[in-house]
Order: sequence, then structure tokens, then C-alpha cells
Amino acid sequence: MRATSPAFRENAAHALADKRLQKALVFTRPAFPSRRAAAIAQLPEFEQLRKTGRDIKDHTLANLDFYLETWAANVERAGGQVHWCSTADEARAAVLAICQRVGARTVTKGKSMISEELAINEHLEQHGITPVETDLGEYILQLRREPPSHIIAPAFHLNREDWEESFRASHTDLPPGRVFADRRDILAEARAQLRARFLAADVGITGANFLIAETGSTVIVTNEGNGDLTQTLPRVHIVLASIEKVVPTLEDTCTLLRLLARSATGQDMSVYTTFSTGTRRPGELDGPDEFHVVLIDNGRSAMLGSPFQPMLRCIRCAACLNHCPVYFTVGGHAYGWVYPGPMGAVLTPTLIGVDQAGHLPNASTFCGKCESVCPMHIPLPGMMRHWRERQFERHLTPPTARAGLRVWGWFARRPWAYRLITRAVAAGLGRLGRKRGRFSSLPLAGGWTGGRDLPAPEGATFFARYAREQRAGRA
Amino acid sequence: MSKEAVLGAIRRGLRRGPVPDDLASGLRARLRAHPRHLIPARSLLPRPAQVALFIRNVEKEFGSVIRVPGPTDVPAAIADYLAAQNLPSALVLAPHPELQALPWATRPLLRLREGRAEPTDLVSVQHGYAAIAETGTLMLPGTPDRPTTLNLLADTAIVVLLASRIVGPLEDAWDRLRAEGHDPVTGGFLPRNVMLVTGPSRSADIESTLELGAHGPRRLHVVLVDDDPTAID
Repeated sequence: MRATSPAFRENAAHALADKRLQKALVFTRPAFPSRRAAAIAQLPEFEQLRKTGRDIKDHTLANLDFYLETWAANVERAGGQVHWCSTADEARAAVLAICQRVGARTVTKGKSMISEELAINEHLEQHGITPVETDLGEYILQLRREPPSHIIAPAFHLNREDWEESFRASHTDLPPGRVFADRRDILAEARAQLRARFLAADVGITGANFLIAETGSTVIVTNEGNGDLTQTLPRVHIVLASIEKVVPTLEDTCTLLRLLARSATGQDMSVYTTFSTGTRRPGELDGPDEFHVVLIDNGRSAMLGSPFQPMLRCIRCAACLNHCPVYFTVGGHAYGWVYPGPMGAVLTPTLIGVDQAGHLPNASTFCGKCESVCPMHIPLPGMMRHWRERQFERHLTPPTARAGLRVWGWFARRPWAYRLITRAVAAGLGRLGRKRGRFSSLPLAGGWTGGRDLPAPEGATFFARYAREQRAGRA
Repeated sequence: MSKEAVLGAIRRGLRRGPVPDDLASGLRARLRAHPRHLIPARSLLPRPAQVALFIRNVEKEFGSVIRVPGPTDVPAAIADYLAAQNLPSALVLAPHPELQALPWATRPLLRLREGRAEPTDLVSVQHGYAAIAETGTLMLPGTPDRPTTLNLLADTAIVVLLASRIVGPLEDAWDRLRAEGHDPVTGGFLPRNVMLVTGPSRSADIESTLELGAHGPRRLHVVLVDDDPTAID
């Protein structure tokens, strides 16, 4: 996927003016937080489970090589093959080689964010293989040639009219005059179209939510059942998984599952949680004859031992997106690459470079909501701050911002000067704004006042008021 | 593309070489012991309450449950359910000995076929291995007598479950499989596939609004056989 992250400002302006997108954002925004809150209210142990989940992942990351080797040996014992890939290029080549060897013409796909990272669909298409997305949201995005805008609800930015439009344009074998009375009719049409694709596919590609070292399993968590049909019906199953997905045991997985669905959709448990371990066994009536796991580093190992290591705990629940005021103002596409929202603001610069994605860690109010809802206790604002520092160190910050920071820094290190200037500004603005109580434009702050008014100061600074009240308290 | 390249990059990040022997033996011991973490209290209940919690959770997740006194009542319960839902009486049945032993002849109108599900099947009957009260979840390991497609392809998925197979938390269900499972290929306890199923298939991808029956079954119906006297109030 080609990144448009460098154009975040333009993307965001475009998103703010997009009426359809804004309608979808306003409609969806309240749903996620309230569902999560309701589920967590039913589980008094949730906070304790968060700490345990964090500790499980930290333990695994500290011993990542050991657990991956153990996991891979168990995959092979169960008749599967592990393809170790350092880069996205290697992973694309591994997937294509398997598909070409078995003469695949169509490939069904379960939802997988790492497959977006690899842009595997384009790669297969270039080599004459047809990939078919089967997650309902991913399916319509494939029809529309759009990237997902959310990591678990990829097409929530579309309204019903968009679905109907795309289905009429794409399903040309159906009567053009058909009526979609409600959402169920849209769902039924997608179900019928995709059933045929499931049955015809030569290879099924899924992602993985977890890899279990103890058993050599890969785990997918879905609600639709498309991932299960994808991996059960074709002769060949390929799993795409990044290295940080491994956990030691089934018991460790139990704890993470208790956190995942509640944080994501507010369910206690997703509908299908499926553990796959190797190939079809003797006497079994279902299952693939070949089981491949394409194991992908693609920049993760470089995060180990860095300030960004905690990001490798991420279980992709999307709670940070769902609670983010910036994400729900501009939507996911504005972020310009695979991972949007706060987790994307941290992850994208590590994967495609801070020179490309430097706007993203700046697109935050640092309200801290993301960190407070993260089931893995990932300090997202702290890591965004790290990116801002690196940007500054590498002189990627624009000259005006650097100059502004330098001026602010001079004052911040000299409290007497800071107090002097804030006193003067508060008094001056207080006098100027006394009549209206607010400013709709100010010199040097046009960007800020372009979207809102600045309330006029009351005339004294915080320091002055604090000192006054301290004196009053003592008296 | 190599295993050594990936492992080498990880070790560089962790600023160490391969895991030393004493540490590795500690990690292997952790895998062997597979310690449990905190288990939520909600499912740690007396048996009757555990079964009641399971039923409540299945219904909360848009599934349905009917309790029958014994295995011989299962065919009638299924036939009545299908009639009440106006569904066809042709079933595809898991080739499991416990299902094969049921008195199907008492309901001669039911047409049975054993095996995996085909795309034309409208109703499937699966054998429930275990169930988790904590979340209303069915544990369905894929084995020769429990084909995976039975969980996925039919519009209506029926699962026959013994009440004695209901446990409280998810960990207890894994313990059963750890004790009872024998995989012919790995020698371990885990079969090729284990599905944990909580309610019928659904999607909220269209306008963030939940609809049932996305790709998998639109209906999930559990026939719960009261084989466990301690589980009855």
C-alpha cells in the first residue's frame, strides 16, 4: 500500500469536508465506547487482567526467539511449514511461490492487517491470481478499490447508499432493478456471492491473532465465520503472522482473549475463536492438505530494545482508535497507511519511517484516553512524544515550529522571564477582549482560531491567582 | 529469507545471543506447567448455577437452548425445533458414536445423512465436546467424528451437548482436552482444529449495525441433555 501519510494535513482537510464520511463518523462514534464500557462493567477483574496481559506479552517479548523456535518446531510436528521472512518482499514472494506451485487461480482471504501491510492482493493480481476478500467490510472495500479505514471495522465509513451503489455496479449478474429493503438484503447478497467464491478457491489466506508456542497453533478471532470458511474449504491454508503474535501457552491465550473482544467490540467473546494446528489428519473429512505460516518481521525486531518495544504488546483491538477524538474527527483514511489512530501514529513511523509519517504522532491532543483504554497498557502518548523528539533531532520539524519551540524553550528555562511575559500577555489580552470575552482571530494564531474562538484571559495569570489563594489560605 | 536472519535480528534487538541453557530450561518448565492466571469469579459457581449461566450466555449471544431429560429425547427435540422454525427435516449429522446411538427411528420424518456438510445442507447436527459457562461458548474440536464444516456451512447449526460437559471458565475446557485428547500426528492433545463458538455468525460491517448470519449459520441451537444429576436444581 502506497503511503499518503506525508499528506496528512491535506487528507484531514479533505476528510473534514466530506459530508458522507462525517455522517458515518458521527453515527458510529458513540457505539464503540459504550459497548466496551458495558462489557467491562460486567467483569470486575478487568483491571487485574490488563496487568496480567501486559506481563504475559512482556515475558514473551523478552524471550521472543525461544518462543518462536518452540512454536515453529510444533507447527512442523503437526505437518505445517513455517516460512521465516525478514521483509515484506520476502513474505510476498513466499506467498506467491506457494500459490504458483499449487496452480492457484483464486485465493480467498480472511481479514488480516498484515496482508494490507504486505499489499498482498496487488502482488497476486500482478501475477494473474485473483484474491477475494471475504470479510464483509473488506469485500466491499475490494470492490471499491479502497483501503480499510479501521483495523476491526474496515468499512464503517461507508453508508448504506455506498453499499447499494457498489453492489449494483459489481454484481452485474443480478437484476439491476432489485430492491434492497434493509441491511439484511445487502448482507444476503454478499453471502450468496461469497459462498460461490469460498467453494471455488484453491488457496485460503488468513491472518493470526495469536501463535501458541506450546502447541504450534495459529488462532483467528472473527464474528462472521469467513475466516473459518477460508481456512477449511481450500486444499491449501496460508497464515500470515508477524513475529510478535506468539504467546507461550493456551492459558496465556485465555487471559488475552478475555481482554480482546471486550476492548474491541464489547463482546465477552467473539463468535469464532479458532485454533489451527497443522494439516488434515488421517480420517478427517475436512481441512487443508497443506498448512503454511508465513512468519514476518518487517521492522518489528528493530523495535525490540527501543522505546517503542511496548507497542509490540498490541493485540489490535482498536480500543485506542475507538476512543480517539482525532480519529473520530478525520476518520482512518487521513492517516494514509495501514494502521490509523493512536496505535498507527506510533507504529506507522517505525514501519515506513518518521520522515514519511511524522505528521501522525503530531496529530494528537495528548488527552491520554488511548492509553487509559489500552488493554495492554501501552503508553501511546509517551511514544508519540518520542517520535516528536526524534523528528526534532533529525530536523524534520518545519523551521517555523522549530523557531517557535526555541523561543518557548528560552522562556521555559527562565521562570522570571516566563512569568513576566505571561503576565503581560494575560493583562493585554484581558483588556483587549473584555468586551466580547473571546477572540475570533489573533496574530500568529490563525491556524488555531480558524476552527474556534480563543476565550479572553481574565487579566491575571495562573501563577498570580495561585499565589493569591495560597496567601488567603494561610491567613 | 531465513530463520537465522529473523532470529538474529530479534537477538540483536534484545542485545543478547541465543537464550542460555539455564534460562531455556526455566522457559520449558513454564510451558510444561502452563500456569493459569487470574480466573474471573463469574463462572465459579455450584453446578446448577453454572449450567444456568451457560444457558443465559448462549441466549444473550442470540443462540437458543432446549433442555431435555435424556439422550433418547434428542431426536424429538430436534424434530420439534425444526417444525417450529418451519425448517426442512433433512439433517447432516456428525458421524459421532454418541449421535449414532440416538433413537432417530422414533422420528421417521427426519432424513439423516452422516458426514461433512455440503453447501446445499440447510441443517447440521454437531456433537458438542465441551461448553464454557463463563461466556456461553461451545468447544468443538475438529476430529474425524466431528467435521469442522458442520459448524460453518448450514443455515441452522444444532449442537447436542451433555450437561456434564459444561465447565465454568475456558481453562477448564482446555484441561478436559489436555486429559482426553490424543492427536495421531503430533502425539499431543490438540487436534488440527478447535473452534470456540459463541452464538450464531454475525457482522456489524454495514453501518455498525449487528445482523446475524454473515457467512456462517444464522441460527445456533443447543440441545442440552441433562445427564448430570448434580447440575439439576
